[in-house]
Amino acid sequence: MSEQFRICPRSGLALHKPAETLIKANAVAAVVFLLVGGALGLLVALTRWPAVQLLGPDTFYQALTGHGVVTLLVWIIFFEVALLYFCSAVLLRCRLATPKIGWVAFLLMMVGAAITAVAILQGGSSVMFTSYVPMPAAPHFYLGLILFAVGALLACFIFLGTLVIAKEEKTYEGSLPLVTYGALTAAIIAIFTIATGAVILIPTFLWSIGYISEIDPLMYRVIWWGMGHSSQQINVAAMVAVWYAIAALVFGAKPLSEKVSRGAFLLYILFICIASAHHLLVDPGLGTEWKIFNTSYAMYLAVLASMIHGLTVPGAVEVAQREKGLDKGLFEWLRKAPWGNPVFSGMFISLVGFGFLGGISGVVMGAEQINFLIHNTIYVPGHFHGTVAVGTTLAFMAVTYWLVPVLFRRELVLPKLAQWQPYLFGIGTSLSAFFMMGAGTVGVSRRHWDMGFAGSAFEWEYSGVAYTMMALNGVSAVIAVIGGAAFVVVIVGSILFGKKIQEPSEYQATQPSPLVRPQETGGHGNVGAAGIVAPGTFVLALVLLVVFVVYYFINYGYLATVWHFS
Amino acid sequence: MSALQPPAQRIWWNEPVHRAELMWIGIALVWCLIMFFMMPFWHVFGNQNYSGEAYRTTPEQFSAKVEEMVDQYTVRRETARNFPVVAPPAGSDVYLLARLWDWYPILELKKGETYRLNISSMDWQHGLSIQPININSQVLPGYQKVLTITPTEAGEYALVCNEYCGILHHAMLGKIYVTE
Ligand code: HEM
Ligand SMILES: [Cu+2]
Ligand SMILES: [Cu+2]
Repeated sequence: MSEQFRICPRSGLALHKPAETLIKANAVAAVVFLLVGGALGLLVALTRWPAVQLLGPDTFYQALTGHGVVTLLVWIIFFEVALLYFCSAVLLRCRLATPKIGWVAFLLMMVGAAITAVAILQGGSSVMFTSYVPMPAAPHFYLGLILFAVGALLACFIFLGTLVIAKEEKTYEGSLPLVTYGALTAAIIAIFTIATGAVILIPTFLWSIGYISEIDPLMYRVIWWGMGHSSQQINVAAMVAVWYAIAALVFGAKPLSEKVSRGAFLLYILFICIASAHHLLVDPGLGTEWKIFNTSYAMYLAVLASMIHGLTVPGAVEVAQREKGLDKGLFEWLRKAPWGNPVFSGMFISLVGFGFLGGISGVVMGAEQINFLIHNTIYVPGHFHGTVAVGTTLAFMAVTYWLVPVLFRRELVLPKLAQWQPYLFGIGTSLSAFFMMGAGTVGVSRRHWDMGFAGSAFEWEYSGVAYTMMALNGVSAVIAVIGGAAFVVVIVGSILFGKKIQEPSEYQATQPSPLVRPQETGGHGNVGAAGIVAPGTFVLALVLLVVFVVYYFINYGYLATVWHFS
Repeated sequence: MSALQPPAQRIWWNEPVHRAELMWIGIALVWCLIMFFMMPFWHVFGNQNYSGEAYRTTPEQFSAKVEEMVDQYTVRRETARNFPVVAPPAGSDVYLLARLWDWYPILELKKGETYRLNISSMDWQHGLSIQPININSQVLPGYQKVLTITPTEAGEYALVCNEYCGILHHAMLGKIYVTE
């Protein structure tokens, strides 16, 4: 065998050369697309700032379609592919299965993204990333998405193949590490998601070239969201895996208990909203029982899973910090955390933003009746910038700061800028999400070029609050984009110009030593108070719950005051 | 670094679970159950629900119904485009049509009376957003959605389209009057 491994001098990880190259390629592609997506986001946000209204309606809808596709699909999925390879080959000290197919996957994703990008640029496919029928896009808009998805599917199989090789060649002892287990969760959901996507995108492509005469719009929405919703569960699982990884890297934190964390990942798979009901709560043609059951499976166990991770990730950090002696009071562990390290600050802002902004809002608007107040308002983009931009994107940014020296063997440039970056992006995006939710609460529509309704036969004036919220959203978006640009500058700058790491790390033909179980007994030191190992985290979790409950009932309370309908 | 390493115990699923975790799981699960029961609860005790009533239709069938109503109950015309203002009797079936880029016709309803509001689209998907009460609903071509409504306050309400429907989506407005 000509397998080539090197041992990273800093982390001790074993890097299989073909895996390493593929991870780098996918991650770099991701960052480049993030740059494009962020620039489009700026154009969109500046257009929705009423006093600026930068673009005209045609370019606005074009930019918005591009922004959704490039960020939500291309940036996130390229990065997730890099993560899958990392969590299998690198963490398990194993060779990557079929690197050649890995390159086929990479090319398919690149070509697919390029084809769809061309379709959007040509202007005939400004249909938004949801491409609801019967509004047509050019055939190659769908074709590009299909090719991209096939590439991503191949990557999932390479991940699974690598797990099989690792097991067979005994490159690790015992069970999979928790982070790899989280990545496995994401990969399983991804395979299911892409299969669902094929069921809807292939017929839609055939419809666009005239082979199928009609696609039912309701059927389209049910199946499309079967993909669209599950794909968000991939992002959540991948993000949580990254949180656990960062807690381990920065603090040496170990999960509070393996059983709970793994069980919570399993809940994501079992209770993923297959029927995607929460996107369809105000659609005609679906029964009430169907909606209520499928939006919650009677007990919201996927929500429960995220609430569990929301406790166990910071809880693990807290215990690790307390064991190091930061055991005073409720929050010494948090106050004295390394807030200047972007790997940690990014992860922590991601965690808090995901919980308080994205999480609470998502569950609240997923309640059948509350959805009347929120469906298709700009509250919805507010919600998912809390989940995918503050949550997933910032978590991926944070782990990238740690990955660059490992993969590219270069130090980060501009460390001061890197230190500020998670705050700029995290706070800018959080504020933007918050103001979009505010504007949506007072009725502003999403995907809407002009809240003044220029050219209409009718007139309607939104409240001053609505206008203020949209202006504040514009300002926050500028901060967010500066933060996003700072990330790209630091990462690209480091890859190109960072100081080379001198410690030797040569590729060798020998198989690296297997990944072993830690020696410790598994119990946690005698920390915490009142029998609770992580009292600070517990208090924070209770704060989240109180906000959640109060906000939930405020919405039902408002709903009770409006027109009656049934 | 144990989230990056295999579990310390080979039989990790027998490890004891921390008290903090157990308590939190319990609390969170109770809250999840409350949220579930709130939805059927509101169907029984709340006044803002959608029963799911809907029928298959076609643009031809639906616009015929709309025209029939317009012919019978138009009380005046408004706007530069001479839109009919229709005041159908309380309790009746009222039709609202969505098309690129109008809500047609203007409706005039009575406060406190109940109407069966039938909505469908002639072309693409649209979103019915009633302002300023901010009640939002999806409108699909081929489906006739029936929302039984009782306006509880008099005034002028705007119908905004909040499902992207092409280049003049932003200009798609309509109106409902609610009179005392
Ligand atoms: C860098 C900062 C960003 C800014 C300033 C920004 C701004 C915006 C704004 C203002 C909208 C709403 C437009 C509307 O509905 O009228 C929007 C939509 C959206 N954004 Fe972002 N965004 C940013 C980053 C991201 C990221 C990182 C993601 C995903 C990972 C993302 C995903 C989306 C998606 C999926 C939509 C919905 C598009 C649609 O409705 O079709 N955005 N963005
Ligand atoms: Cu419309
Ligand atoms: Cu519209």
